[in-house]
Amino acid sequence: MDMKSLYLLIALSPLAGSLIAGLFGWAIGRRAAHVVTILGVAVSAALSLKVLHGFLTGEASVFNEAVYTWLTVGGMEFSVGFLVDTLTAMMMVVVSFVSLMVHIYTIGYMQEDPGYQRFFSYISLFTFSMLMLVMSNNFIQLFFGWEAVGLVSYLLIGFWFKRPTAIFANLKAFLVNRVGDFGFLLGIGLVLAHFGGSLNYSDVFAAAPGLANATIAIFPGVEWSLMTVTCILLFVGAMGKSAQFPLHVWLPDSMEGPTPISALIHAATMVTAGLFMVSRMSPLFELSDTALNFIMVVGSITALFMGFLGIIQNDIKRVVAYSTLSQLGYMTVALGASAYSIAMFHVMTHAFFKALLFLAAGSVIIGMHHDQDMRNMGGLRKYMPITWITSLLGSLALIGTPFFSGFYSKDSIIEAVHASNLAASGFAYFAVVAGVFVTAFYSFRMYFLVFHGKERWMENHGSHHEHHGDHDDEEPSGDHHHGLGPNDKPHESPWVVTLPLVVLAIPSVMIGYFAIEPLLYGDFFKGVIVVNSEAHPAMAELAHEFHGAAAMGVHALQTMVFWLAVAGVALAWFFYMKAPHIPAAIKQRFAVIDRVLENKYYMDDLYFNLFAKGSRALGTFFWKVGDMLLIDGLVVNGSAKLVGFFSGVVRKLQTGFIYSYATTMIVGVLALMTLWFAQLIF
Amino acid sequence: MNWADLNLMPAAPELFLFSAVSVLLLLDLFVSDAKRGITYVLSLAILAVAAVLQLAVAEPYAIHTFSNTFVSDPLSTLVKLAMYATTFAVLVYSRQYCADRGIFKGEYFTLSLFALAGMNIMVSASHFLSLYMGLELLSLCLYALIALQRDSVPATESAMKYFVLGALASGLLLYGMSMVYGATGSLELAAVAKSIGAGSANQVLLVFGLVFIVAGLAFKLGAVPFHMWVPDVYQGSPTAVALMIGAAPKLAAFVFVLRFLVQGLGPLVADWQGMLAIVAVLSMAIGNITAIAQTNIKRMLAYSTISHMGFLLLGLIAGNADGYSAALFYTVVYVLMSLVGFGILLALSRAGFDCETLDDLKGLNQRNSWYALLMLLAMFSMAGIPPLLGFFAKFAVIMSVVNIGLVWLAVFAVVMSLIGAFYYLRVVKCIYFDDAVDTAPIVVRGDMKLLLSVNAVALLVLGAVPERLVALCVEAMKQSLTVL
Repeated sequence: MDMKSLYLLIALSPLAGSLIAGLFGWAIGRRAAHVVTILGVAVSAALSLKVLHGFLTGEASVFNEAVYTWLTVGGMEFSVGFLVDTLTAMMMVVVSFVSLMVHIYTIGYMQEDPGYQRFFSYISLFTFSMLMLVMSNNFIQLFFGWEAVGLVSYLLIGFWFKRPTAIFANLKAFLVNRVGDFGFLLGIGLVLAHFGGSLNYSDVFAAAPGLANATIAIFPGVEWSLMTVTCILLFVGAMGKSAQFPLHVWLPDSMEGPTPISALIHAATMVTAGLFMVSRMSPLFELSDTALNFIMVVGSITALFMGFLGIIQNDIKRVVAYSTLSQLGYMTVALGASAYSIAMFHVMTHAFFKALLFLAAGSVIIGMHHDQDMRNMGGLRKYMPITWITSLLGSLALIGTPFFSGFYSKDSIIEAVHASNLAASGFAYFAVVAGVFVTAFYSFRMYFLVFHGKERWMENHGSHHEHHGDHDDEEPSGDHHHGLGPNDKPHESPWVVTLPLVVLAIPSVMIGYFAIEPLLYGDFFKGVIVVNSEAHPAMAELAHEFHGAAAMGVHALQTMVFWLAVAGVALAWFFYMKAPHIPAAIKQRFAVIDRVLENKYYMDDLYFNLFAKGSRALGTFFWKVGDMLLIDGLVVNGSAKLVGFFSGVVRKLQTGFIYSYATTMIVGVLALMTLWFAQLIF
Repeated sequence: MNWADLNLMPAAPELFLFSAVSVLLLLDLFVSDAKRGITYVLSLAILAVAAVLQLAVAEPYAIHTFSNTFVSDPLSTLVKLAMYATTFAVLVYSRQYCADRGIFKGEYFTLSLFALAGMNIMVSASHFLSLYMGLELLSLCLYALIALQRDSVPATESAMKYFVLGALASGLLLYGMSMVYGATGSLELAAVAKSIGAGSANQVLLVFGLVFIVAGLAFKLGAVPFHMWVPDVYQGSPTAVALMIGAAPKLAAFVFVLRFLVQGLGPLVADWQGMLAIVAVLSMAIGNITAIAQTNIKRMLAYSTISHMGFLLLGLIAGNADGYSAALFYTVVYVLMSLVGFGILLALSRAGFDCETLDDLKGLNQRNSWYALLMLLAMFSMAGIPPLLGFFAKFAVIMSVVNIGLVWLAVFAVVMSLIGAFYYLRVVKCIYFDDAVDTAPIVVRGDMKLLLSVNAVALLVLGAVPERLVALCVEAMKQSLTVL
């Protein structure tokens, strides 16, 4: 099989599965729907692994070709093309592999849901869109993939579309992403206008160095660096998709969707699309220090402040969601430090351990009969041993325990920021180091609350359902089967749920150790990610200090970062195992801070009151004056009336009498004649 | 004329068609009404054989024969093949409809095929007289077809109207031709063009003739202000015949116009460009605006046809090979779309009931979601919504006037297609959002269902890969119009 058909097969087999399950799901039934979609994704995953293996052994070469030209407009080509290099290959494996695990897991999680086939169709469609996004060789296809994953995300957040909170959440995600996409489109527009009129990556990258000092005047008289404006606009797109401050507000609410998609879309893959895009565009971003500083500041704010919010959450999924936000911030900081390869490395390790944590949280939720409140859990390790062990491994990876995969990527980020010479690196370094402590604290707070301590579902059950569970689109109130009764016992989930946990736990623990050397310091990303090591020497410095994965792990034991993580875990143990009254006391003492955190820094209120209400007020104004009066009254109804009037007049001309028809023809001839002879004469 | 030198090969498909239909006419006399299926199958077979012959004699360059009155070039080959396919589809679509109404008779088939022969001559003519002969053969067959239901008052009325107005238009055309003959001394297209190009012809006489010719041609296309017959004829004739009039003859009429104006009167391009622009603007405006007020779908489709003819003229107005190819592409796409639109109406009709008004389409989705989807494809394509084929057709003709700097015309065309979108989408709204009024089951023959589905899905598939079809049109045009 030639490479072109191989890549086409990788991208299209999930689409085929999705179409079959989506269009014929009613006919083929549940079992066939999951078999066919899993088959499609499995083909993708196996072939992606083959592609990655080819790159690792050096047999494969970079593939950059258009496979299908849709249309050509005035020299502009809109085509579907694939650019497959090491970066793409890595993303392909991550996407298809995590997706495969989530597909399998879904069999257990969605067992009783009436929308079973629809769900499988959506997640396969998502896999297709995400693969098209990462495999693209031009901006148009990138944007299509970008919007397609956004669309599927929207559909899946609102999967239980009868639930008002889900509808609110998916609308919110949609609107916030529009803001980001607006910037992204403007960025693509600038690329099209100034980079030689092509939207192919290779053409744009070739044109970029010559434009390093180019300026544009958006407002007359003010000259801005073209590269900075373009890069920041593109990054605004990434901020929406990858949920960076201040466009992060949609991600926590997206937890209204079923847990498998929280793992797949809102933790492992889609949210990393922005980071992938920036890495892909490294030849552009390297040319603008201003843009890199901007990225670093945004990333570090996200990394630290979203971590704080994780501390006070009681919903198990929301803790993991905030932890995702914070980790995305880490990756963004790495991009700012020109350590693109480290960012992608963290994308990969994070995809595995965060998907694991989400799926484990889902398993806990199944065990708790769809109660998500951690205050009702406790002591689950006895009842759900596999979930317990895999969660522990995932948490250890997340907080950066030496030799776990998360350690290698996260520690490299911290080192890269340390070595960066950008203006923002001081603040960023503080944020990422402090973030380590915060991460350790909230991760283990969750771990202890869920798996250790007293079995709290037996007591105090009844009035705590602020967060609705996952499973009630059939029932109007949907509350009565939530949670365990005092005499119920949680039990371990079925094998389709635990198998993905175990399979994901393996890379969560090990992949960092094996991948760090080739990925960061070998030539895996050579020629794919471009770093100007004179201006941004961080990576070069890190390479100088690196003496192997094992040495790095051992060395970490003497660093402050490691002990901060240990302190975080210890504090969590002390607060939630030893002296549970202390957190409550602190909460009372520092009520102001608690309130700020409870209200998520008032970002939602700000957006809601200022933007949502403001734009609604503006909208009402335009509606009343502009729409009702001018547009509806004059333009729409006016023109409709005008059209209707003409329509009526012409209709009357159409009398049905043959002599009037003939007269019209004669008049037509006479009119043409008059017009032309008038021209000839004058 | 030296008979020994006469090359009959380029006209082989036409010769076959004439002889085969004559034989069919005789054969049919011996077929009882119950076995009329034989005539039907034989007609389809004749079409298939003619298409094969056409392909066999096709050459990638122009061959003239019959003393330069007949030409076979890639343009005529392509268009004739399209017309065979179209007529084939029309016969398949109308079988049940005609059988239900007692017009499933030998006359229906022989008249249709003779009309096709007339169209073939229109497409392949290179002489004013052969052009006119083809046109009259087509027209006479159509008049008779419309009045096939002799007892139907609307049908006979519209046949009468079409006949009288058609005679008037033919008169205009002949008169214009005689003027041009007077100015140039020739009736042969190439010679006429040469004479005008040399500048020796009387300019006043030429323009005088040109006005009449344009009027006659506009009548054949059904463009404003020579369009009045279109709505009445569409509405009055049986739906199957309306489809027959609306589909293949438009292809023939387009090539007819092209032969007259481009090949014969090419040097007068500056004059006819302006005339066509007026006609195009009026057609797009009147067609789209009036269609909004219609509740009868056949009538609405008639006005829609008028506006499509306006769009098609945009390509001719461009006055260059790109524009002509765009117009050819537009015509082919238009025929594909109208086949689906009318095909659905035929599918929904049954004995004693004609699907004619918007009410008859209401709630189609509840009755049969597949036909609802096919109609949706046709309507979206006609409205020019991407990625359907209709979008590319509109795009191509609009680009061709933009390329010659007539941006105002392009903007006008876009605004008109926006207005047009209203009534196409209204059909979709009726199909999907209203409750069904008519709840009778929809029974369609299997062969028709298959062909109609292929036809409609082609609008979507070809929309995704339009290059092949575009390339075919561009190539045919390039190889045929070397005179330019």
